[in-house]
Amino acid sequence: MRHILSILVENEAGALSRVAGLFSARGYNIESLTVAPTEDATMSRMTIVTTGSDEIVEQITKQLNKLVDVVKVVDLSEGRHIERELMLVKVRAAGKDREEMKRTADIFRGRIIDVTDKSYTIELTGTTDKLDAFLEALDKGAILETVRTGVSGIGRGEWVLKA
Amino acid sequence: MELKLPPLAETGETLTGAEIAIRCLSEEGVEFVFGYPGGAVLFIYDALSKQKKVKHILVRHEQGALHAADGYARATGRPGVALVTSGPGVTNAVTGIATAYMDSIPMVVITGQVPTRAIGEDAFQECDTVGITRPCVKHNFLVKDVNELAVTIKKAFHIATTGRPGPVLVDIPKDVSQQTARFHYPDKVHLRSYSPVMKGHGGQIKKAMQLLLDAKRPMIYVGGGAVLGEASHEVTELVRLLDFPCTNTLMGLGSIPASDKRFVGMLGMHGTVEANMAMQNCDVLLAVGARFDDRVIGNPAHFAAGNPTRKIVHIDVDPSSISKRVRVDVPIVGHVKDVLTELIALVKAGKDKPDAAALAAWWAQIATWRAKDCLKYDRASPIIKPQFVIEKLWEVTRGDAYVTSDVGQHQMWAAQFYRFEKPRRWINSGGLGTMGVGLPYAMGVKLAFPDADVACVTGEASIQMCIQELSTCKQYHLPVKLVNLNNRYMGMVRQWQEFFHGNRYSESYMDALPDFVKLAEAYGHVGIKVEKPGDVEGALREAFALKDRLVFLDIITDQTENVFPMVPGGKGMSEMILAEDL
Ligand SMILES: Cc1ncc(C[n+]2csc(CCOP(=O)(O)OP(=O)(O)O)c2C)c(N)n1
Ligand SMILES: [Mg+2]
Repeated sequence: MRHILSILVENEAGALSRVAGLFSARGYNIESLTVAPTEDATMSRMTIVTTGSDEIVEQITKQLNKLVDVVKVVDLSEGRHIERELMLVKVRAAGKDREEMKRTADIFRGRIIDVTDKSYTIELTGTTDKLDAFLEALDKGAILETVRTGVSGIGRGEWVLKA
Repeated sequence: MELKLPPLAETGETLTGAEIAIRCLSEEGVEFVFGYPGGAVLFIYDALSKQKKVKHILVRHEQGALHAADGYARATGRPGVALVTSGPGVTNAVTGIATAYMDSIPMVVITGQVPTRAIGEDAFQECDTVGITRPCVKHNFLVKDVNELAVTIKKAFHIATTGRPGPVLVDIPKDVSQQTARFHYPDKVHLRSYSPVMKGHGGQIKKAMQLLLDAKRPMIYVGGGAVLGEASHEVTELVRLLDFPCTNTLMGLGSIPASDKRFVGMLGMHGTVEANMAMQNCDVLLAVGARFDDRVIGNPAHFAAGNPTRKIVHIDVDPSSISKRVRVDVPIVGHVKDVLTELIALVKAGKDKPDAAALAAWWAQIATWRAKDCLKYDRASPIIKPQFVIEKLWEVTRGDAYVTSDVGQHQMWAAQFYRFEKPRRWINSGGLGTMGVGLPYAMGVKLAFPDADVACVTGEASIQMCIQELSTCKQYHLPVKLVNLNNRYMGMVRQWQEFFHGNRYSESYMDALPDFVKLAEAYGHVGIKVEKPGDVEGALREAFALKDRLVFLDIITDQTENVFPMVPGGKGMSEMILAEDL
C-alpha cells in the first residue's frame, strides 16, 4: 500500500539525513521526499511517499517518531487529504506536432512556461496519477526532460499538523 | 531544537569551551572519563589536568575507552563517558558506540573535531563524525558555537539517560574548545521533539491483568529493558505473586534471582528446553523490556504459526520495539518499572486469582521439560570442561561477582552456568556481539566497584582483540580476574562449521597463540595456566585471594565442546538440538 507521511522536523543541519538514513538503514522504500521550511522558521515539513504493508508503515512511523529531530509524524493516507505534485516537462514541439502538444497540455491544464522554436516547457500540477497520465499521453520520443518535485500533502478540513 | 532556557545567569564565569565541557561533566557528577588524547582535544585535555573532580582513565585504544565507559554504565546504571580525538580516534570508537547502541546503554561520547573553518576541507584527522556515527547513536550533535556547548551537553545527558537509553555523541571543533563563553549549566532541558512516554495506559494495564489471571499456561519473558529500567524488584514480585514461570534473555539475566524456582533459565538460541518450550507453548505471554529478536525467538513465522492463539502482552518504553517482529495483543508503552508497579497493585487489589489447577498442570508440564536436564555435561571428563569452570567460578565467588564476558561459546556458558542473583552483575555485548569487550568492561566495572569481585570470562580469540588494556589495568591498579577458556579455537565459529559446514574448520583455529602467562607477566600481572580439572578450583581461589593483583587464568579446556541446547538460525524455538541428539 502507498502511504503519504507528513513529518514536522526541527530545522537542524542533518535532520534530513537522519530521516533519509533511517529509510535506507532499515530497508524502507522512499518513492518521493520533499522538504522545505514552514511558517515557523524553526521547523521544516517533509512529505514522504512510501510503500509497504500496514505493519511496515506502522514501524516506519514509530522509527521516525524515535528520531530526536522529528517533532510530529502523521500518515495522511489514513484520513482525507489533498496531495499535489509539480512537474516540469521539456518536450519536442516542432512542425505539425507543435499544435498537438499544446492541445494535450491544455487538456491536462498544463501551462507552457518556456518556448523555443523546437520545444515547449510545460508546467503541470496535480496528483501523481495525473502527472503519470500526462506523460503517458505524450509520445515517448517527444519527452526531452522531466523534473518532478515529489508529492506534497496536507489534511483536508480544519485539522492542522502542529508541533 | 527549540528549548526553553531558564534566564541566563549573568554572573556565570567566563570559561573556554574546553573548561565548559569538563565543568558540565562535573556538574553531571561524572566520576570517570575514559579517553585518549589527540590534536583536536588538546584544549580539553588541558582543562582536564586543571581540575580533580573528573578522573580521566587513559586507555590504550579508543575502542577500550568506549567499552570501559559502557561497562561502567551497565554495572552502575549511570551514563558512561568517553573522550576521543577526531578522525582515527572517532573511527576507533565506532565499534564501542555501536555496541552500546545495540544494547541501549546510556553514554555520552565527546569527540574532538577539526576547527570549524577547516570542516569539509579534508583537513588532517578530519572525518564526518556526525555522519559516521549517526546510525549507531541515539542522537548526536556538532557544536559550532561555544555559547551552545553547555546546553548541548545537558541535552546529551538528558537524551542518553531517559526513555530507551543510548549513546549520544557531542562533536566539538577545536576552535570551539578554545573560545570563551559565560558558563551556565541548565538544571533542565525541554525538547519539544523528544518526550518519551513513561506512564503506561491504565486501560491496557487492566486488560493485561485480566489476560494474565485468565491464563492457563502463562509465561513471563524478561529482557534487558527490565535491567535498564531498574525493574528487577517488580519483576520478581510479580512472578512470585502469580507463581508464573519466568525466563530471562541474555540481556535480562539477573532481573529475577536464578535461584528462584520459577526461573526456568535463559531462553533463545542457547536457552534451556524448559524456557524455550514454555515460550512456544504458553497461552499468555507477558514480555517485559524485551524485543523478540532473532537470537531469542528464532524464526518469527514459526513462533506465531506454532501457536496462533497465544496472547501477548508487551511492556516497553520504546514503542518501536512493540509489534516489530511479532504481533502483540496488548501493547503497553511506558517505563517498565512503573507499569509493573501498577500491574502488581491491580492484581493485589482484585479478588481474582490465577487458575490454580491449570497452573499446577502447566508446572507439571514444565517439570517434564526440566527433567531433560538440557545443560548436563560430562562432569567426569579428564579434560577441563568449560561449563565446570563457570560452575567453580560461581562457587568461589559465592555467586556474587560481577561477570563480564566476550563473545563466543564461553559467553554462552557463562550465561548458562553462572546463576545470577542480581541485575547488573552480568555484563556482555548481546546485540552487537562484539569480541573484545570483556576486559574493558571489567575495567569499567572495577572502577565503579573497587571492592567487588570482577571476573572476565573470555576466550583466547576474543581476549586478543583488546588485550592492550592489560596495560591500563596496571596503570590504574585494576585487579580484575581473567578466566580465559582456552579451547584454541574460535569455538563458536567452529561449532557452526561443525554443524552447518561439514566440519570444515575454515580459519577458526587459533594458531600461534601467545603464552598468556608470560604475556600477563610482561604487563606486570600474574598469570596462571590450568590444565587439569582438579586444579581449577584451587587456581580460582588463588586468583581471587590475590586481592590487589590482576590474574590471568589461562584454562586449557576441551576443544570439542559445543554449546547446547541450540536452535539453529532460522528455525523455531522448539526445534532445538540437544547434546544427546548428537
Ligand atoms: C569483532 C568480532 N569479530 C568476529 C566475530 C564473530 N565471532 C563470534 S564468536 C567468535 C569466536 C570467538 O572465539 P573465542 O573468543 O576463542 O571464544 P570461544 O567461542 O572459543 O569460547 C567469532 C570470531 C565477533 N563476534 N566479533
Ligand atoms: Mg576459543
